[in-house]
Amino acid sequence: MKIHIPNSAFLGNIDPFLKNFNPKDSSHLIITANKKWISVHPVVLSMIASLGIMLEPSQIKCEKLTATSKHYLERMGLFKFLGVTSGITINKHESAGRFIPLTQIKTSKELTNFIDEMTPLLHLKPKHAEPLRYIMSELVRNVLEHSLSKFGAIVSAQYHSKNNTIRIGIADTGIGIWQSMNKSHSPKNDLEAIRLALIPGITGTTRKEGGTEFNAGAGLFFIKSIATVNRDFFMLYSGEAMFKLLKRKGERIQLHADPFKDRCSSKKTLPFWQGTVVGIDISLDTTQEFSMLLDLISQTYKGAIKERKKAKYKKPKFI
Amino acid sequence: MIHIKLSKQVGSFAENKDIAREIRLKKIVPALKKGQKVVIDFEGIDSTTQSFIHALISDLIRKNGATVLDEISFKSCNETVQKIITIVIDYMQESEN
Repeated sequence: MKIHIPNSAFLGNIDPFLKNFNPKDSSHLIITANKKWISVHPVVLSMIASLGIMLEPSQIKCEKLTATSKHYLERMGLFKFLGVTSGITINKHESAGRFIPLTQIKTSKELTNFIDEMTPLLHLKPKHAEPLRYIMSELVRNVLEHSLSKFGAIVSAQYHSKNNTIRIGIADTGIGIWQSMNKSHSPKNDLEAIRLALIPGITGTTRKEGGTEFNAGAGLFFIKSIATVNRDFFMLYSGEAMFKLLKRKGERIQLHADPFKDRCSSKKTLPFWQGTVVGIDISLDTTQEFSMLLDLISQTYKGAIKERKKAKYKKPKFI
Repeated sequence: MIHIKLSKQVGSFAENKDIAREIRLKKIVPALKKGQKVVIDFEGIDSTTQSFIHALISDLIRKNGATVLDEISFKSCNETVQKIITIVIDYMQESEN
């Protein structure tokens, strides 16, 4: 496998980074990077760490980094995760900033502890902590319950003061969305599987409305809704497909049960990612009240169930 | 009547679905079988997730129908918690109808 860390890869411009990923030959990982500058979304680091954790350090080759911003990777714990030495020393006087270093979560208990410790690390007000806790809990539980990955979820996050945004990346190397959805549905490709996973009330665990005792098929819809209401980026990448909710400006807020009715972009022929990757930005300037968001979710959810039920109604036969 | 204070087990953010399931199976279901009323107390809980509430109550509605809600009360819920409980109960009833 080969992965190149570019000078810039955030959710808005992440497509070239994903296109350059080479998943061939999973027995080793070669990491290269831009020589001058590295400024990347935490999701990029979560992806690299997810690949690295499957291998022994001897199977990982990381070229010597020369970019002036290379300290960011060390700070986020990438080299510690990979078990390779970077040769980068961190000056103790440098500001630590507000970030959550790469963290592996493999159990429900670890997730609960992580959420408890996460909020103080990012120095968040309750209004901002609420959606963040929600997002972390639902996304990581998705990994623990559906990915079947023995490595669990690799999580990282960083606060960016320039645009007052928290950026979150979660990656796993499990079965991926297509295989998960294919247990109860028949998505024709990875992008169709992602679409189904984002529609409220559709879960890979059953075809029945209302889900099972443990899954409703609502988690990803809630997360996408948080991003929609706050006009933030949200990216879901699995198999060869990627769905990206794009930022919106000044429009009336409207949630859609069908993700392709949102302002979005998608790709269905990307290099194959074995597992699932989620990236999300939360702008603290536009964070809407969680309560208002729940009203919108409620309306959209009920509407989606009614539409699906209506679609199954028998139609009169007029001859 | 049985009174279940959730914060003792889940802290201020009720998100651990495993605990929700355990509370349902070990406390709520046996109480309902005995014909007892159930009070689920959210005092001390700031927020919850749809997944937690789903794991806590959806199977009760699925197996007993919405009339089971006549036997259950949700106490000391803030606005967010009330709305998430309402979403789960609504979609379960929409799904059952």
